[in-house]
Amino acid sequence: MNILNSRILVIILSVIFFGCSPLNNDSKSKGALSINAAEKVYVPPGEHDSHYAFISGGFSGQLSVYGLPSGRLFRVIPVFSQDPEKGYGYSEETRPMLNTSHGFIPWGDAHHPDISQTNGTVDGRWVFINENNTPRIARVSLETFETEEIIEIPNSAGNHSSSYVTENSEYVVAGTRFAIPFPQRDMPISDMKGNFKGALSFLSIDDETGHMDIAFQIMMPGFDYDKCHPGRDESSDWFFFTTYNTEEANTLMEVNASQNDKDFIAAVNWKKVEEYVANGGGYKTPSLYAHNIWDEATHSATSTMKKEVLVVNPKDVPGAFYMLPTAKSPHGCDVDPTGEYIVGSGKLAATMTIHSFSKMKQAIADKDFDGSTYGIPILNFKSVNYGVLKQPGLGPLHTEFDSRGNAYTTFFISSEVVKWNIKDLTVLDRNPVYYSVGHLMIPGGNSRTPDDKYLVAMNKITKDRYLPTGPEVCQSAQLFDISGEKLELLLDFPTIGEPHYAAGIAADKIASKSKKIYRLEENKHPYAVQNESETKVVRKNNEVHVSMSMIRSHFSPDNIEGVKVGDKVYFHVTNLEQDYDVPHGFSMIGANTSEILVMPGRTATIVWEPKQIGVWPFYCTDFCSALHQEMQGYIRVSSKDSDIPITYSLDGDVPGMDNL
Amino acid sequence: MNISIPYVKRRNSLIFPSKYISLSRMMMVLVGVLLVSLFFLPIWKIVLVAPQYPEPLGLDIHIDHLSDGVQFYDVKNIDLLNHYIGMAPLPTEENVADGKIEPLLEFVIFPIVLLVMIFLALVVALFGKARLYLIWFSIMVVLCLIGLYDFYQWLYIYGHDLDLNAILKITDPVTGKPMGYQPPFIGYKKILNFEVSSFPSIGTFNIALAMVISFLAYIIDAFPEKLNLK
Repeated sequence: MNILNSRILVIILSVIFFGCSPLNNDSKSKGALSINAAEKVYVPPGEHDSHYAFISGGFSGQLSVYGLPSGRLFRVIPVFSQDPEKGYGYSEETRPMLNTSHGFIPWGDAHHPDISQTNGTVDGRWVFINENNTPRIARVSLETFETEEIIEIPNSAGNHSSSYVTENSEYVVAGTRFAIPFPQRDMPISDMKGNFKGALSFLSIDDETGHMDIAFQIMMPGFDYDKCHPGRDESSDWFFFTTYNTEEANTLMEVNASQNDKDFIAAVNWKKVEEYVANGGGYKTPSLYAHNIWDEATHSATSTMKKEVLVVNPKDVPGAFYMLPTAKSPHGCDVDPTGEYIVGSGKLAATMTIHSFSKMKQAIADKDFDGSTYGIPILNFKSVNYGVLKQPGLGPLHTEFDSRGNAYTTFFISSEVVKWNIKDLTVLDRNPVYYSVGHLMIPGGNSRTPDDKYLVAMNKITKDRYLPTGPEVCQSAQLFDISGEKLELLLDFPTIGEPHYAAGIAADKIASKSKKIYRLEENKHPYAVQNESETKVVRKNNEVHVSMSMIRSHFSPDNIEGVKVGDKVYFHVTNLEQDYDVPHGFSMIGANTSEILVMPGRTATIVWEPKQIGVWPFYCTDFCSALHQEMQGYIRVSSKDSDIPITYSLDGDVPGMDNL
Repeated sequence: MNISIPYVKRRNSLIFPSKYISLSRMMMVLVGVLLVSLFFLPIWKIVLVAPQYPEPLGLDIHIDHLSDGVQFYDVKNIDLLNHYIGMAPLPTEENVADGKIEPLLEFVIFPIVLLVMIFLALVVALFGKARLYLIWFSIMVVLCLIGLYDFYQWLYIYGHDLDLNAILKITDPVTGKPMGYQPPFIGYKKILNFEVSSFPSIGTFNIALAMVISFLAYIIDAFPEKLNLK
């Protein structure tokens, strides 16, 4: 009986085992594969994604927040561009955020988000992101998901090798992509060579507040500094910058900046420079730049013009600067989690250059130089090079890492993501992407501790991948599962603007501290009201200041008379709600600005300059409650010479006066 | 019964301190302490869950005030929702100060009654007479019944005495009368989009525990022989 049972069991097991094999083969067909992928990206309704992805909005100037693995877009955080939806850059409180030494700029080109780190691990406090066009770096809070600070980078142009964070968030770094005269001056362009400089700016980060300050600017030779990456672990004192146009050409760059077979990765020992500066090194130089800080207590930004920076000349800090020859016009500059391997993606070369940090240290000790450039020693290529990855693909751009010793590199021209082993320098897998991939991101994949389940490839071209939308189609991201030996494509999803780089982090590092409301009693806005009885309308010459409140489902006051054509009416609107997800909006007919969307406990201001007499309504723009449609009010506008005094009321009473 | 509880022989005289220490007297002191906790702990909790409130709203009822039951600002948010259906503002200090509602008499009476009962518990402990334990217990039973009846009445009025200018006026489909919004006295009830639950809180459990202890004190003191405590 027992023997019989065992036999049956064997038969059953065989059926299961062998029966499974053809099924596995089947799963390689597209249908079954898709079902498998669908399961992996399916986040059931009401459940949460496991990761946040902060994907740069590129020329939209903003930062988008996606969930992984679902690819769902949660929010677009306005950073460098005005956003009428949120009133960002329109409200009186937020306009200073977009101030620069060139005045108010409504747009920016957002590039490389990077999450703050502690001990080489992404910690979820802030995301930093750089603006390429008018060089700036922004800090976004991951409690409020709002831009809290923007600092302009002077003496810099094309702020591209930026904004990467050292492994204990000591500095966020901004290198100039375009060499420019230093100091800026009126001079012939053709005199560029030797006269332009490339500034590498190190911005200190306050550990408590996150506030940035330009600690020092290093005036490097006038090359173009394309990308950069801090060292990790062993190499954490160093920062590495790829350069191109070491030819110092100033016209038809696509040809003239592509003549040298090797350009450089510049290695900067920032600890040494920090020490030099701490001992009084460097010199202050006049430089005009704006520093804009958001104050959560006053719910307002202030813009301060700063007038000088501390400049460091590389020649003055011996032992802190070296050049590592790297093929050819390298773009991406990436350091693996151990800090040993420095990957330069020579975008015009047939091979990828991988340098060794320990060899670099030895070469420095041995003074194994191959000449110098503008006084900076060039290390002998053979002495620093760990090896080259031969024929990995065409047009390597960027590399991220997993925790198992593998690197993943994007190839723009051959349109693929390639997985390779760093130590062995062997290609392990290659996967086509659709199309022309730029950056890629593994959550924590540029830190010491990659969280290596997913990889997001960000593509510049989509052509036929989605339903067409006229000549302009979306750019897109593609999600891969990298937990296995081979990459598995799971999902395509469209992105906003152009997705230059992204930063990812496990959801549990952020979700629990996400802010729900602003405490009303902590609101220090000068026109904030704590309750309806404090609401009022005050005339100051031709300015009318309305301190207004909103609560489900009315404004206080909601009838205002005595406003005149030619007045400048400030609506300072406080949302009195203290309940999660109950924002109110405010819009005024004919206001030459956007709406404002006011979160619970916050005060925001827009200006209206009435041009026509009449009775004009305003209303709540956010469907706040069952009585949202009734959330409205009227303002009577009289002629310029009218002598009707300011009066205001709610339901026939003057707010704050009914108890008298 | 073979419970071994340390027992010091009952004395009627108050002459020297060691004689104060009887188990029943100590229990009565504990009763007083338990009642003191009522000044800090809520006696009832009403919780409201709705599709829009996956994290519920809560109301903690104390002997002398109302407080947020689940998260910050709950009391005010409940008031905000109540105004749609014309329920009266909750008798919070702020609403009273703003003249929106008369102060709740119970919030004045309850603490006084409680102080008196704490005082009496200590007096009972001092005299340590069996009959006194029983009297104290009986007064407490009566007070509790009155309190519960009063609470029920308040809930009824609160749920039925609605503003005539209420934004939402809903008629009960069965009775044809205006819908009442009386929260459940104890248990669960569906009110419009809310699932409302109402249950005693730790304060009430402390009262119950105090009463049980006082009754036990009486038993121990009155029938030591039957309990085999000698």
